[in-house]
Amino acid sequence: MAHSGPVSATRATRRSAAAAAGERRSPWAAAGEAWSRILLPAISILALLALWQLAASQAANPRLMPAPLTVFQALIDETARGELPYHLAVTLLRVAASFALAMSIGIAVGLAMGRSQLVDRLGNPWLLFFLNLPALVTIILAYIWIGLIEAAAITAVALNKIPNVAVTIREGARALDPGLMEMAQVFRVPRLRVLREIVLPQLYPYLAAAARSGLALIWKIVLVVELLGRSNGVGFQLGVYFQLFDVAGILAYALAFIAVVQLIEWGILQPLEQRLSRWRR
Amino acid sequence: MPALTVAIEAKWFPPVGDAPAKHVLGEIAFSMAPGEVLALTGPSGCGKTTLLNLIAGLDRSFDGRIEPAPGRRLAYVFQEPRLLPWRTVEENIRLVLDGGAHDDARVRTILAEVGLGSAGKLFASRLSLGMARRAAVARAFVIEPGLLLLDEPFVSLDEQTAARLRLLLRQLLALHRTTAILVTHNLREAAALAHRLILLSASPGRLLGDIEVPLSEAERQDERANEAVRASLLAAHGLGELDRLAAPAEAWP
Repeated sequence: MAHSGPVSATRATRRSAAAAAGERRSPWAAAGEAWSRILLPAISILALLALWQLAASQAANPRLMPAPLTVFQALIDETARGELPYHLAVTLLRVAASFALAMSIGIAVGLAMGRSQLVDRLGNPWLLFFLNLPALVTIILAYIWIGLIEAAAITAVALNKIPNVAVTIREGARALDPGLMEMAQVFRVPRLRVLREIVLPQLYPYLAAAARSGLALIWKIVLVVELLGRSNGVGFQLGVYFQLFDVAGILAYALAFIAVVQLIEWGILQPLEQRLSRWRR
Repeated sequence: MPALTVAIEAKWFPPVGDAPAKHVLGEIAFSMAPGEVLALTGPSGCGKTTLLNLIAGLDRSFDGRIEPAPGRRLAYVFQEPRLLPWRTVEENIRLVLDGGAHDDARVRTILAEVGLGSAGKLFASRLSLGMARRAAVARAFVIEPGLLLLDEPFVSLDEQTAARLRLLLRQLLALHRTTAILVTHNLREAAALAHRLILLSASPGRLLGDIEVPLSEAERQDERANEAVRASLLAAHGLGELDRLAAPAEAWP
């Protein structure tokens, strides 16, 4: 091997070591790794189902602790009747509306607080107040003050989420590279282009974090809002099944809910993040 | 009408925490004719970058006045390339253009001129420092600036890459007849590129000398002529003295 400077030498060594490791790894080893990536989670899920089945078989009242198959049957029945898709769609719409509202207001507030010390000092006490206000209080007050209508539900959910988004985006706005802003100022890059080309790309990791934790929170609060003051949606249905003591129905809705959340994570959030971080590779 | 008039009386940095206010620049006055290239030099920490930032309008709190000729845009090649790593080289250049119909052609032409003709689609994060500097130079020239500011554009490059970039810059300055201010520690570089040399004192930087570089365009390309100018500058203007007082040994060749 040719001798070069210390830096490039280390890099070359590391590269050739990695290449050697790649050559040494047999196709069997690669197949084994793929298997363990699929097989181990599958085994873990089967174990959970087995545990559930065991608990159900020991239960005195099978209505209060239904077996997995009973729950899947309930899931299929509800879907066939069209009930589950309808309520799931209504809930999804509410999630989408409050998510959009919370993100746009939260981003605006976070950017303003991150870029201006005056706004930050004025806004911080408000932020602390809303961060620590229990979600249930916001929901009840929204229904009392606005009425038992859709707007109250969406507002209540968004109000619960805006402070978290604002705090995350504020961190991002504080970390903006001042050198790039100076460059944009000297070259007189138009304001909108600065936002799109320079500010937003630096905020993407923070936006992704806010979106992810935002969805996780909104999913849960939307159900409470529906339980307390709407006549449709997954939360409303759970309330109905609670009154009927129909545990199979409750678990069926819960499973459908988990599946949809995970589909959104795999189908939308992860591909989006990969696309936005292409330049790092 | 001059391309730039500078008449600074004083520049202070405000106190930060326990640190008292700092006197960064003293009296500095000069003006530049259109098409003139000026080398700005002085010991480390004498406020050269601060002066460039004042001229660029990035910092407006100082006593005195700075008047660039109206109507033309300013370009700045910073010490670090300051490209957007998440955009391609082409997108980085197009960022400073006005979105007109000829943008694509202008981007292609300038990239070819700086020798990055085949690197336009690369993400800026993938460029070596030498290539990134070329891209930053392309971004500056593409707007045909009325005044170009360059802050030590060749530092931390190996000598061979620096020499190639220096040659490129000389060609571009001649081709576009750009008015430019170049901050440099290297007197040979100043002789090769600039028509005039502005000398600042140790901190707080005052105007110490305003010296014509007596070389024709042909002589600028001759290493020995540059070397002779450097030697005469060192002897005639007491730069050796400055060297001993304030600058690190390697900064003054």
